[in-house]
Amino acid sequence: MSVAAERLPAGRRVGTSARAWAAIRRHTLTVFALLALVYLLLPIAIVIAFSFNDPPGRFNFTWNEFTLDNWTRPFGFPGLRDSVVLSLEIAALSSILATALGTLIALALVRYDFRGRASTNLLIFLPMATPEIVMGSSLLTLFLNYSFPLGFTTILLAHVMFNISFVVVTVRARLAGYDRHLEEAAMDLFATPWSTFRRVTFPLIAPGVMAGGLLAFALSVDDFVITYLVSGSEQTFPLFVWGAARVAVPPQINVIGTAIFLVALLLMLANILWQWRRSGRS
Amino acid sequence: MFLHRHPRLIPYLLLLPGILFLVVFFLVPMYYLGFTSLQSGDLFAGYQFTWAWDNYRDAFTLYQSHFVRSLKYAGLATLIAFLISYPLAYWIAFRGGRWKNLLLLLVIAPFFVTYLIRTLAWKTILADQGIVVDALRTLHLVGEDGRLLATTTAVVAGITYNYLPFMALPLYVSLEQIDTRLIEAAEDLYASSVRAFLRVTLPLSLPGIFAGTLLTFIPAIGDFINAELLGTPRQLMIGNVIQSQFKEVADYPQAAALSFVLMAGILVLVLLYARAVGSERATRSAA
Repeated sequence: MSVAAERLPAGRRVGTSARAWAAIRRHTLTVFALLALVYLLLPIAIVIAFSFNDPPGRFNFTWNEFTLDNWTRPFGFPGLRDSVVLSLEIAALSSILATALGTLIALALVRYDFRGRASTNLLIFLPMATPEIVMGSSLLTLFLNYSFPLGFTTILLAHVMFNISFVVVTVRARLAGYDRHLEEAAMDLFATPWSTFRRVTFPLIAPGVMAGGLLAFALSVDDFVITYLVSGSEQTFPLFVWGAARVAVPPQINVIGTAIFLVALLLMLANILWQWRRSGRS
Repeated sequence: MFLHRHPRLIPYLLLLPGILFLVVFFLVPMYYLGFTSLQSGDLFAGYQFTWAWDNYRDAFTLYQSHFVRSLKYAGLATLIAFLISYPLAYWIAFRGGRWKNLLLLLVIAPFFVTYLIRTLAWKTILADQGIVVDALRTLHLVGEDGRLLATTTAVVAGITYNYLPFMALPLYVSLEQIDTRLIEAAEDLYASSVRAFLRVTLPLSLPGIFAGTLLTFIPAIGDFINAELLGTPRQLMIGNVIQSQFKEVADYPQAAALSFVLMAGILVLVLLYARAVGSERATRSAA
């Protein structure tokens, strides 16, 4: 009896201290996580804010005065428009090509059993695990050894190359829960292979293909290292920023950066909403 | 139809165009990287293949400090990114509730801003007249003429920031998959919450830690943008040397040899790391 009476308060003390510890831990964790998010988002806020800055000199690094001029004249800097157009052309072409090639690989990997699957997976994985500088260097040595002129074509080939793996991974992830019986049902109901693909297979894989294509587009627009090595004298938007950073940083760079950010954010939000609606219906 | 009679050919036909593309523009270039690294000559007379192993000797003697620095910066950045990402990923996975997707969107939001532009934004933040330096000077954490820009701290901070989402995402995925009943079971069996974390949560998130550290370390060690924009010549990494040998000096064989050494070094490190993590898991499950 006395032993139990002695134990009880001790036990209770452990309980309250454990609860206090848990409360402290929960709040420190929340505070820490929120600080980490601030750290992640602060540079984005800076980029957006400085797109409205009227810089005192050639470098847009210190805040001077609010202005809308940069947004009304987004291409008011020589060479900027051409670089943005080139980036968009390369991104559109390379994402279409990489999505086509990558989707076919993903279909083969998800739907068929075949010899050489392990080496195929390895070949898909390797480009994602190789530093960009090594991929860029090796592509450049290939082009140099054949005296292949550097420019639009070499940039495009490089972008398709590094995008294929990302498309395969994205499309394959979306195909994982894919029900093959639906296709068999269509075939049983005398659908031709082509109409089975068009009416059943494609609508099922479309979200994955779409996501893969968007990812490829985003990676292409953002790529610097590989593009820099194989570009010759062509200038994509990131290359323009790099070249400009040495002599001047015009606020128009922030305008284009903010615009790219907003478009990407809207597409991601639209994708999340689309998924919610699809899962809500089924 | 031909394919009806040979259905086993279908997967190979689907694979053919993409795999062929990867072979020609990923594997074959690796061969040419090795081939170029053993050439000698100069830009005007042209480079010839001469088994020039000198390029590798120079890679190890002249550029040793750049390799060591890259290793150090990438290792530090990976460690800091892990220390920041793990609590963040844990918080989103276990306390995110219905906001999980939105919070994840915030974590990857930096990727939507062009790499170079978000690095330039750090130049603004760390600038000599910027808020961070002001605050540190007020707190006497740096001297009156102390600065952040053009220091090792700035370069490592920049690398950490740029690759942090690569660390946070795999960590989140592995933490999110953990069955919370396992943690409850450990606590029901009188494990303290610290012990439950160390013995249950942490080992179960090991695949995420493995993937996250590799996805951060590999691009970080080849990076040259942060050292160029946020550092000085004293912070130059091996990536800076490779790009200037290719683009400015036009000493292609030397650049190729450096790239080759970098790739081989990473491969060895990754294999050692995979073995270490693998044996760690084996001993844990045996215990």
